[in-house]
Amino acid sequence: MSVKLVFLGKLADLAATPEKNMAGPLDWAGLLDALPGPLGEMVRGDKVKLALNGTVLADKTALSANDGDEIALLPPVSGG
Amino acid sequence: MAKDVRLLAEPFVPGALVGPFTNAHPGLGGVCTFVGEVRSDDDVEALELSHYEPLTLSGMNALADEALTRFGLMGILIVHRVGEMRPGEPIVLVSACARHRRGAIDAVDFAMDHLKSDAWFWKREKRGGEWNWIEPRAEDHSDLARWR
Repeated sequence: MSVKLVFLGKLADLAATPEKNMAGPLDWAGLLDALPGPLGEMVRGDKVKLALNGTVLADKTALSANDGDEIALLPPVSGG
Repeated sequence: MAKDVRLLAEPFVPGALVGPFTNAHPGLGGVCTFVGEVRSDDDVEALELSHYEPLTLSGMNALADEALTRFGLMGILIVHRVGEMRPGEPIVLVSACARHRRGAIDAVDFAMDHLKSDAWFWKREKRGGEWNWIEPRAEDHSDLARWR
């Protein structure tokens, strides 16, 4: 078991993968440690949101994920 | 059939959906429909929309519920494509029917503003063989602010 990261939109390009598995438990500091460079900078910024198991976190720095959880990294949207 | 919300991975024909939707609401006073397509007036070769399954469809359903209530609709149809599209292909369809025209027209405007900048989609386009992600525009956010 592990924590699954799902990168959406351009974050998938920056991560060079749409998904990545990491050992749990994983908190905000642990997530940033695992995402170096421009990807980490974007995730740290206030435009990227996080969802844990399909629920968007009001405060992403309060992230607390365990093995079996899925974290989605959501950049600004553009639909229609 | 008050609410019909769909995410489609294949091309669709808007008219084939709007006809049955309209017929399912006898007694309506007006039906308003908007169809968005991939523009073909510049050098865009293709457009791709990605989504996130756990959030996107449930968000569209919540938007449909809000429009139904806010504008007193008899019914609403929201269809959004994902995947790769070519110029001229429909991306999005919103159709609303109501007793009176104003509710139907406003509901479609409301739903489109939210789908553009407050729904879980990410869009990129291909020009000259290169894919580029589309950033949200400032107008999209000011359009959304009209409804707050």
